[in-house]
Amino acid sequence: MTAAPDHRPVGPREQRLLAGWLKTGTRASYAEHRARYGPVPAVPDRRAAARLINAVDRAGLRGRGGGGFPTARKLAAVAAGRRPRIVVGNGCEGEPASDKDRVLLTLAPHLVIDGLLLAAAAVGAREAILCVRSYDDHGLKDALAERAEHDTRAVRVVGVPHRYVASEASALARFLTDRDPRPTATPRRPTQRGVRGRPTLVDNVETLAHLALIARYGAAWYRACGTDDSPGTTLVTVGGAVDLPGVYEIEHGIRLGGVLDVAGGPAVPVQAVLVGGLSGVWFPLPAAAGVPWTAAGLDRAGLAGGVAALTVLPGRACGIAEAMRALRHLAAETAGQCGPCMFGLPAIAADMAALAEGSLGRAGLARLRERLAVISGRGACAHPDGAVRHARSALHVFAADVTRHAAGAPCAWAALPTWLPGGL
Amino acid sequence: MTPLITPPVRLAVDPIACRAHGLCAEMLPDFVRLDEWGYPIVDARTLPPERRRAARAAAQACPALAFRLRRN
Repeated sequence: MTAAPDHRPVGPREQRLLAGWLKTGTRASYAEHRARYGPVPAVPDRRAAARLINAVDRAGLRGRGGGGFPTARKLAAVAAGRRPRIVVGNGCEGEPASDKDRVLLTLAPHLVIDGLLLAAAAVGAREAILCVRSYDDHGLKDALAERAEHDTRAVRVVGVPHRYVASEASALARFLTDRDPRPTATPRRPTQRGVRGRPTLVDNVETLAHLALIARYGAAWYRACGTDDSPGTTLVTVGGAVDLPGVYEIEHGIRLGGVLDVAGGPAVPVQAVLVGGLSGVWFPLPAAAGVPWTAAGLDRAGLAGGVAALTVLPGRACGIAEAMRALRHLAAETAGQCGPCMFGLPAIAADMAALAEGSLGRAGLARLRERLAVISGRGACAHPDGAVRHARSALHVFAADVTRHAAGAPCAWAALPTWLPGGL
Repeated sequence: MTPLITPPVRLAVDPIACRAHGLCAEMLPDFVRLDEWGYPIVDARTLPPERRRAARAAAQACPALAFRLRRN
């Protein structure tokens, strides 16, 4: 293992993935990348591959795409599959509230490429694919050309249609097989039957970047910051009513309020924060500020799942109107394969719109609650479940607004521009 | 003679294949009801042995082959 660079962890602002950018202010060339991090470790045989998977296991690395699945377990599952095997880096980032993958690919592509190649070596895959949104490869082809002579495998960059569900793992595998970017209902996961029916590893690009550092510096280094159950650092997108919206690398374990402070803190008096993007969950502020940013802490607060994205809502805004916009987007983004999602999401979006303008009434509100109770779990993927989760949390957190709106009194703030990202 | 012990059988719908024909709800109303858009909401409890024949008939009747029995 190479020695860690000479900067030591310095509390919550430890910068591991974005260190190169912060040092030079510009994307590191391959030569600069190697000078900073050392060469990518060789994985010459199966024993070295097993050692790498073991290091990832001891490090406790979990996926950064929103699922939080233990990465070593996925690696082991694919490594045990029949050849040929395939590894896919997922940089599609379908969630509008998340910008971290784009930032990582733009500023530190070599870490991601290292991680993808190391994952390929760890599972014995000959084919390595990096998936990005079809209209923007973030200069990846240039980055790959810089290092082509050093790489053990050729990495293929594939553009994927920019749809919300296209970056779901089974949808990605299906798209790479026959250009159909829709999730599948097959019981087998991509680790067993993925691209062209082969054992396929699909990992978020940030997960791969962390893997590239664990391979160099080891599990103990990775665990040197963060908490026992959530070691290391993670990228978080902070948006909405904060002074400095953007992507930040934070140490696991700091409180949600600390994450907001890294982004300059609330710009105005605030009422709530949306955790996990459009498929995420609302939580009132200032109460949310005390939640520790760990898997366990978020889970205890009912905020688990979803990609690391925060959207802060000011007091002078209508949470119901924002929920309406989120649901409209999610409804427009269904793959159109499953009835409960295809019909249910537009219905609840329409209900939320009626509620926001004060025309839903108590009977309509009761019907909305009934709909929310039957839509989850009846689609091929988790898309409808995310929409229901968002809607339920909005009705709960903005309960006072719900009562007023259902009684026929809308609020002026519903007409203000949205605080949600992506021009919704 | 001791009764055979078989693994529990449950009902399942392939949500992509399903086209809301509604035969499953018609034939097995104690286990399947339809939502307002015509799609089946399936009771998750174990299917009792005396309902298996009717459930198998419903699975065979489904024009989309979306309604299934599963052992787990």
